[in-house]
Amino acid sequence: MSETGIGVPVKRVEDRRFLTGRGNYTDDINQPGQLYAWILRSPHAHARIKSVDIKKAKEAPGVIAIFTGADMASDEVGSIPCGWQIHNKDGSPMNEPAHPPMAFEKVRHVGDQVAIVIAETKAQARDGSELISVDYEVLKASIMMNDSLSKDALPVHDDVPSNICFDWELGDKESTDAAFEEADHIVSIEVVNNRLIPNAMEPRAAVAEYNSATGKYTLNTTTQNPHVIRLLMGAFVLQIPEHKLRIISHDVGGGFGSKIFHYAEEAILTWASAKVSQPIKWTAERSEAFITDAHGRDHETSADLALDKSGRFLGLRVSTNANIGAYLSTFGSSVPTYLYATLMAGVYTTPNIYCEVKTVFTNTVPVDAYRGAGRPECTYLLERLVNKAANETGIDPVEIRKKNMIQSDQFPYQTPVALQYDVGDYPASFNTALKSADYEGFADRKSDSESRGKCRGIGISTYIEACGIAPSAVAGALGARAGLYESAQVRVHPTGSVTVYTGTHNHGQGHETTFAQLVAESFGIEVDQVEISHGDTGEVQFGMGTYGSRSMAVGGPAILNACNKIIEKAKKIAAHILEASESDVEFKDGVFQISGTDRELSFAEVSLAAYVPHNYPIEEIEPGLDENAFYDPLNFSFPAGCHICEVEVDPETGEIEINNFTAVDDVGRVINPMIVEGQVQGGLAQGIGQALLEGCVYDESGQLLTGSYMDYTMPRADNMPNFNVSTQSVLGASNPLEVKGVGEVGAIGSPPAVINAILDALNPLGVSDISMPASPLKVWQAIQKAQ
Amino acid sequence: MTRGDPTRRRKKMPTVSMTVNGKSVSSEVEPRTLLVQYLRENLGLTGTHVGCDTSQCGACVVHVNGESAKSCTMLAMQAEGSDVSTIEGLAEGDTLHPMQEAFRDNHGLQCGFCTPGMVMSAIDLVRTNNNPSEQEVREWLEGNLCRCTGYHNIVKSILAGAKAMQG
Ligand code: FES
Ligand code: FES
Repeated sequence: MSETGIGVPVKRVEDRRFLTGRGNYTDDINQPGQLYAWILRSPHAHARIKSVDIKKAKEAPGVIAIFTGADMASDEVGSIPCGWQIHNKDGSPMNEPAHPPMAFEKVRHVGDQVAIVIAETKAQARDGSELISVDYEVLKASIMMNDSLSKDALPVHDDVPSNICFDWELGDKESTDAAFEEADHIVSIEVVNNRLIPNAMEPRAAVAEYNSATGKYTLNTTTQNPHVIRLLMGAFVLQIPEHKLRIISHDVGGGFGSKIFHYAEEAILTWASAKVSQPIKWTAERSEAFITDAHGRDHETSADLALDKSGRFLGLRVSTNANIGAYLSTFGSSVPTYLYATLMAGVYTTPNIYCEVKTVFTNTVPVDAYRGAGRPECTYLLERLVNKAANETGIDPVEIRKKNMIQSDQFPYQTPVALQYDVGDYPASFNTALKSADYEGFADRKSDSESRGKCRGIGISTYIEACGIAPSAVAGALGARAGLYESAQVRVHPTGSVTVYTGTHNHGQGHETTFAQLVAESFGIEVDQVEISHGDTGEVQFGMGTYGSRSMAVGGPAILNACNKIIEKAKKIAAHILEASESDVEFKDGVFQISGTDRELSFAEVSLAAYVPHNYPIEEIEPGLDENAFYDPLNFSFPAGCHICEVEVDPETGEIEINNFTAVDDVGRVINPMIVEGQVQGGLAQGIGQALLEGCVYDESGQLLTGSYMDYTMPRADNMPNFNVSTQSVLGASNPLEVKGVGEVGAIGSPPAVINAILDALNPLGVSDISMPASPLKVWQAIQKAQ
Repeated sequence: MTRGDPTRRRKKMPTVSMTVNGKSVSSEVEPRTLLVQYLRENLGLTGTHVGCDTSQCGACVVHVNGESAKSCTMLAMQAEGSDVSTIEGLAEGDTLHPMQEAFRDNHGLQCGFCTPGMVMSAIDLVRTNNNPSEQEVREWLEGNLCRCTGYHNIVKSILAGAKAMQG
């Protein structure tokens, strides 16, 4: 039996190289004869480019070439496509203005690409760029959504005069309105989901190379999904056929969604590498990352909840404006729609739901998926609203949740907003969380805090997310332009060691360990006999990459299916060698055995026989043990759980201390408990960061005021608590591994728990609302205002 | 010689010499070369990372004469004659330094990008305080950002690593 199979907290396979400084991140890669690129970016949020004068810059020391948007346009470089088409309420398709990799005629946000300078050194490229003179006609910029929607706003895209990308709806408006007619209470709320900057610690980078002898392009890039980049950039932007385009992303220093998208720099560098016939490297500075990595969240929402006398939810009405930024990024349109409104039932039985979403172009960086993507926005709204309902009806926040929760015998549960939840037990994780957080003992802790002049509060949040993206038919019906299968190739080598090629991507999640555990379990071998290969379109057949907590839920079963094919074939081989009938051969714990006898062959013996046999039924079975599988899940998977936060607020200073943070998550089957805990902890820090620290701020001219670590407050070790994390799982029903996904749960469940806790603490002082990030200043001001 | 050949120099550049991971090195550098650039680009020691341009993230922490320093914040020339050690110099052959081992045992890393800086910084903490409390570890890490772990397991790793370094 494998000692490193499913469920074991195996130490990570990948750690040794990271701990000894031998990771292989994109910026670590250098090619012979490599040049360096600096990208000149727009200093204005909105301007017409009247002219670009590169004469002086071209003469600068070391400068090899300079290209502008006009050069790319004259080469007929295509527009960067959006992967998800949403339809308006009236059935017409969303507005999809052109998204040229390099701005042409007009710049639309601070940081928009204007020119690429290629030089012998990075410093020379940068120095050269300073000699370019661009004549801009500065235009009035729309930064907030209200600016874009106002009558005198200029269009961000001339062909979209309304600045509205789409105006979409989900749910039954009539039945929901009817529910409000019958309601005993109506609770209303307005919330803003603060705009965030993802800030993976590794800035984006790329090294592009064109080989004129073979006509092949190679792009090393910091991406979560190399095949998606190959498809989008190859087929749509640069028209390079896939056999001539190789995308590699080995080690990537965190993604959190921000490295899903096909970024302009990837296309610019690849295109330019053929122009100069030398490899080109570009690495973003952190300040560049702030103004070019897609941002997250940025919703403004008003919502009403209808309740009957007893506190039962009758209907929910939601109206959201979502900022989509200056361009439609790869998944930008799916985030505020199908990853958001479809979750509006939460873990509750609300029978009538209607949600409308307007997405708005602004002169800001594109907004797209960031850890949780749509689901944190939904959860924040719901759980703030439920708490407000508890307050206004006088029902205890625990009771009101219990009263409305979907029960474990109601699955599969069809929500009124398209999704069907497969399986779960929400009351179970809820009760466990209350216990684990010692909810009952809160009153004593509160009076202890009060005796020290502090306000103490406890906040609850439940959540559900749909992940394991995606069941392709459903995704297609929802507007995805591609199916979201995952593929795997499992190659057993002649001596029984194994290489797995997966189309998902590991950038911190520990796939090299957990996927190996899965294979170890299947073959009865150990993790150290398995190598996981990912992140190279030249090695891996195909894949859709890693996001939406899909790797184990979609990529895992593909690996499992390929392993099963191997076992089937190996049984045939074993039967031949053992001179038995195939139906008599059993495979267990790494051994092929004829049932009821001691005649057996090890996995390694059969592997060897598969490749270098003397005696082989070549007519019936091909040699080799190498199988492919594609997998498409039956349904999304639905992790859910309960997060409880306890805070102490100093009313004199507004300072907040998190005294306890408890998360009980149902993530389905746990492959490696150590890694699962780590994933939850990391997500919690990002969620708590959103609630307390992080917020992107632009001034009205579109300059990013939070453009460095001096202004954008990142979670640090001394402002994060220890986390009380555990899982309470009901095995998933949407895939054969029974997993649900864990990457995003922490960031989804935690922000409302924090804010609910703060509001609970400040309730006696008359504070009933606070926006994220709840900085000490904001808290102090809210207290002053309420007094 | 290709156009991008870095050995093609226009003017004479100053020479910098130091000891890196026990080996003496000496190279011509442009005066504005940062220590981190020198390590990564001239010496190929890419374990030291760059995560910011405002001296805040700590991905670049190395030891200069035994003390932790942000290598993005000093010029290579300022390290003239110094004894520099980087993440690549910590393990002895296949045996990890106890702090590296502690990070592995306690799942103190995910994407690994902040990790070299975290480990180098942690070792310097233990040099100055061989029995740090959790709070002291958290405060010490003020200059080291991690986006993946939420710090929980980094703190746990450093506490364990500090103990192991005593043992
Ligand atoms: S690179 Fe961020 S502090 Fe040095
Ligand atoms: S492990 Fe990824 S930034 Fe720390």
